[in-house]
Amino acid sequence: MSHFLKDKTAIAGIGLTEFSKKSGVSELSLAAQATLRACDDAGISPSEIDGFVSYTLDSTDEIELARTVGAGDLKLFTKVNYGGGAAVGTILHAVMAVATGVANNVICYRAMNGRSGQRMGQGVSGQIISSDLVHWSWYMPYGMLTPGSWVAIVANKYMQRYGVTCEDLGRVAISQRNYAQNNPRAAGYGKPLTMEEYLASKVIADPLRLYDFCQETDGGCAILITSAERARDLKQKPAIIRGVAQASTQGQEQMTSYYRDELDSLPEMELAARLVYEQSGLGPDDINAACLYDAFTAEVIMQLESFGFCGRGEGKELVRDGALDIDGRLPNNTHGGLLSESYIHGMNNIAEGARLIRGTSTSQPAGVEHVLVSSGVGVPTGALILGRD
Amino acid sequence: MAQSFRMKPPMGEDNGWWWKQAAEGKLAIQRCQSCQTLRHPPRPVCGECHSFEWDHIAASGRGTLCSYTVLHHPQFPGFDYPLIIILVDLEEGTRFTSQLINCAPEDVTFGMRLEMIMHEDPDGFRLPMFQPAQGAAA
Repeated sequence: MSHFLKDKTAIAGIGLTEFSKKSGVSELSLAAQATLRACDDAGISPSEIDGFVSYTLDSTDEIELARTVGAGDLKLFTKVNYGGGAAVGTILHAVMAVATGVANNVICYRAMNGRSGQRMGQGVSGQIISSDLVHWSWYMPYGMLTPGSWVAIVANKYMQRYGVTCEDLGRVAISQRNYAQNNPRAAGYGKPLTMEEYLASKVIADPLRLYDFCQETDGGCAILITSAERARDLKQKPAIIRGVAQASTQGQEQMTSYYRDELDSLPEMELAARLVYEQSGLGPDDINAACLYDAFTAEVIMQLESFGFCGRGEGKELVRDGALDIDGRLPNNTHGGLLSESYIHGMNNIAEGARLIRGTSTSQPAGVEHVLVSSGVGVPTGALILGRD
Repeated sequence: MAQSFRMKPPMGEDNGWWWKQAAEGKLAIQRCQSCQTLRHPPRPVCGECHSFEWDHIAASGRGTLCSYTVLHHPQFPGFDYPLIIILVDLEEGTRFTSQLINCAPEDVTFGMRLEMIMHEDPDGFRLPMFQPAQGAAA
């Protein structure tokens, strides 16, 4: 029997603001612009929107956005935790609501002045002693205050275990920068990257260099989820949601799951893979393109293994074979990704997933039937498989 | 008293006791009083037997290097760069996140033997750091 959520819903609209380093407008304004564009893209009136889902890190509350865009009565409003780990989690919550009839047309959104306003990873502090703050207490006094510092420890272990080189990380950065040359919206547009430049860039958190890190961006992105049936009558070719899941596993911490026996794999991403493959009835061989979460280059290579595109430790071989490029086995982040398009906390990767299904990517590979999208790495996460109707 | 800019850990019911042990010069490891399982980072309940009763032992301070990174940027006040951050597998069996001192970044190796040294800031704040074990091969 097929899974209850399989093929019941679709991405009917995507809406993006301009991406910049200084938007000059409020985050609410960015969220509203993205939402209205998603509605317009789908051909749905904002008054028909009856649900909003965002990130706990997002400053724009659901009702503020609803009032601003003239949404209807709301039957779903919720936020998902854990930074970029929320990305496809927002889609799961919307899908569950639409598939069960709780809501009809749900907007998932993330809008941030991520460069000119509150920048990510500027350290953690606070007065209220929450369990999350106690978690950070083991890292703060040692100067581990940034995502780079938390991720590098795992990346270094993984690279040492499997012989992954700095050049392998560079290949990921360059592949995505190449895609950005076709995408005028991308921060990396008009700025190609060579291996020589990559290797000459400054080391931030050994072994991670400047170009192993994602962008910092002002911008917003909204995704409109409705029933597959409704989506077929709307303006765009629907991106059918074949499977969507959240995943967190034993020993999970936010960014610092250092106390598991093994540190050279991503257990939560392996769970996300298992769930999303089971739900969709698909496997790695059915996936034609991907938007693997790419706050850091090393995470892309590790995810190739988590999602079964190769065995443990073989991700580097795929990358060396050019698997991530337009004519490769798994064209990945064809918009440039978080590394070279923009960092809208993974929502922009979901938008590219929908474009790949529509056939409208600025770097569109041939014959895309199914696209895999993942949430943040090293945090409670999730995965999404989109399919052509 | 000299100013220290190190960001102090927030201390609540579940971790404040550990920092008191550090202030007394000990690297503490929480222990379930019911099943004796050691756990770190500290939590109020044993994940094995679900007992809320716990005490703690003092680690020997000996361990091996599990993984590391050398931080160069951004540089925060109160820390010396390049800053070597390590995961240490303590000989008691738990793992601990710390800083490696008295070692050049190029001399760090996976699996190297380490020993704890209690660091004290100018304002008296103490936290366990590690250095290469005395007599260990480089």
